[in-house]
Amino acid sequence: MADPAGEDLAREDPAVLREYYRQMALIRAFELRAAEMYTRAKIGGYCHLNLGEEATVAGLTAALHAEDFLFATYREHGYALARGADPGRVMAELFGREAGLSRGRGGSMHLFDSQIRLMGGYGIVGGQVPLATGAAFALAYRGGPAPDAPAVMCLLGDATTNIGAFHESLNLAALWRLPVVYVIVNNQLGMGTPVEAAAAEPELWKRGCAYRMPGQRVDGNDVLAVRDAARAALDCARMERQPTLLETVSYRLRGHSVVDPARYRTAEETERLRREDPLPAFRHRLITAGVLDEETAAEIDSEADMAVAAAVDFADASPPPEGAALFDHVYATPAASMYRGLPGDPVAAPGPAAGPGPGSVGGPA
Amino acid sequence: MTVISYRQALHDTLRAELLRDENVFLIGEEIGVFEGSYKITAGLLAEFGPRRVRDTPICEEGFTGVAIGAAMMGLRPVVEIMTINFSLLAIDQIVNNAAKLRSLSGGQLSVPMVIRTPGGGGQQLSATHSQNLEVFYAHVPGLKVLAPATCADAKGLLAAAIRDDDPVIVLENLALYNTKGEVPDGEHVAEIGRAAVLKPGRDITVVGYSRAAVIALDVARRLEDDAISAEVIDLRSLRPLDRETVCASVRKTSRAVVVEDDWLSYGTGAEIAATIAEGAFDYLDAPVRRVAAAEVPLPYAKPLELAALPDAGAITRVIRQTLEGN
Repeated sequence: MADPAGEDLAREDPAVLREYYRQMALIRAFELRAAEMYTRAKIGGYCHLNLGEEATVAGLTAALHAEDFLFATYREHGYALARGADPGRVMAELFGREAGLSRGRGGSMHLFDSQIRLMGGYGIVGGQVPLATGAAFALAYRGGPAPDAPAVMCLLGDATTNIGAFHESLNLAALWRLPVVYVIVNNQLGMGTPVEAAAAEPELWKRGCAYRMPGQRVDGNDVLAVRDAARAALDCARMERQPTLLETVSYRLRGHSVVDPARYRTAEETERLRREDPLPAFRHRLITAGVLDEETAAEIDSEADMAVAAAVDFADASPPPEGAALFDHVYATPAASMYRGLPGDPVAAPGPAAGPGPGSVGGPA
Repeated sequence: MTVISYRQALHDTLRAELLRDENVFLIGEEIGVFEGSYKITAGLLAEFGPRRVRDTPICEEGFTGVAIGAAMMGLRPVVEIMTINFSLLAIDQIVNNAAKLRSLSGGQLSVPMVIRTPGGGGQQLSATHSQNLEVFYAHVPGLKVLAPATCADAKGLLAAAIRDDDPVIVLENLALYNTKGEVPDGEHVAEIGRAAVLKPGRDITVVGYSRAAVIALDVARRLEDDAISAEVIDLRSLRPLDRETVCASVRKTSRAVVVEDDWLSYGTGAEIAATIAEGAFDYLDAPVRRVAAAEVPLPYAKPLELAALPDAGAITRVIRQTLEGN
């Protein structure tokens, strides 16, 4: 951890630092409640948490302009919250309710909010990487480089750097000079597989070298280091149309998803994770630097708990989508001949009641 | 009306849509400098420049995903996948992203894109380059799959696809590119999801799409000499599927044969036969028959290739058998 003396912090606006802490505390509280709601069967399907990645989330989102577009992975609750999505609507999506961010159609892995330019969480590993590249293509199609030009940030996990779509996308982005920043959120495990067992180049940011793409590895537990690296990369995208491959290194505190007990970890490892947990570390750092006192920190923690309790209440009180809305949002332009049958419904009426056609021998009964 | 080739109709439509809408752009392998593997995009790079006509490296998953991402931002990409066989490399992007983003986002996003891609055998391109994989896509809710058989539809359905706000796959056919036919002049946008009666008839309904519809029409015209009146239906759209036009025809003729270039099992013919079983069961005077490709990886050797693909002889034989059956 950098900066025990607080020299870096002295250059920062204390209100901004407290805001980062507030976001991190909110994400922590939200994810712990999400895990609890999962075990109470309020949340179904898969549920992947940002526990342990709070500093990375706050740092990356702090670097984004409001006009920028964010493509996320399926571990994205925290990013939605940090970008300003209403916690109640995020929880409502996890609960599968109509008031959810994606109207209950996506669930935990597919949070979309076009208002805040959150272009989705993606359930298929790396599915978002070509899309983010295409969004950057659209930005370049419409406008030139400028200090305030919008850019795209594309999140991906460490294991995603092994798939073809990642390499194809980086090649295209570098070849066409697209305004995009790819961020490998390296939490050191692809499900249960350590990075070293999956990647022949385990310093993942170096994989950009094949595309002459600059990159950098930063401490994902250091919100300021993450923010500054992301900001520099985004500036490069905005002004020079130079894509970057950034790597943040953190560690998820729990299993791959809520149902994974993470038995592949040793007791020593788990103990080390507790010691390096970015949330209490940042809290301690701010208190040592005089940016926070215990009382204010406790207040922020308690506000986060209250916001999440309100989010749970809102989600719980929200109705699920109605059955009649099953076919809504499948097509932008429905056609008259579209089949909208439910299981067991016929695909065609047996014929007009008027009687048999001219060629028929038997005719209808 | 002007008589032009299917290839020319596609080319002219792409050009007209590029002129009409600044958001339309073309993207794919060898579409610019090389002018397209089948020359559909000839001259368009020179006229519109690399911003609107974008050559890509070989990376179907990458550039198809790029097009989907651009469509999410409101552009209208027209992707060329050199042949439908190569779409297998992009199928995750097509099925898991293009088809689902509108639904997954609760209607916040849409994907107004087109994938043009030719399928079909008969060119001695052997097993990996001769497939008819359109049913893979026709199976998936969220996609639309169009299959023009005529030159007029090559124009009308492609224009409709480009102007549609959903992801649309436009199935072209290697064997149709050089066919010629009448094409309406000026603006011509077909309706998506409507089958066409290519030739009315009383005795039997023959259903096909793409190349199979063209062969079926040819067979039906010849059968007129034998006083057999076959009604030919061109599906034009595999998703959505115009079941009512098919059923209405069979309620009139009481017999049906489905012709398809893809493999028989689980194919379009199975879907049509099941539809007829529900929508015209009481009117049927004979079992619905299918004429489809033999279930082998298509061989290179010409006699084997010819043996595997449905042709006019097989269609004629099955029509006669169906008329004789009671």
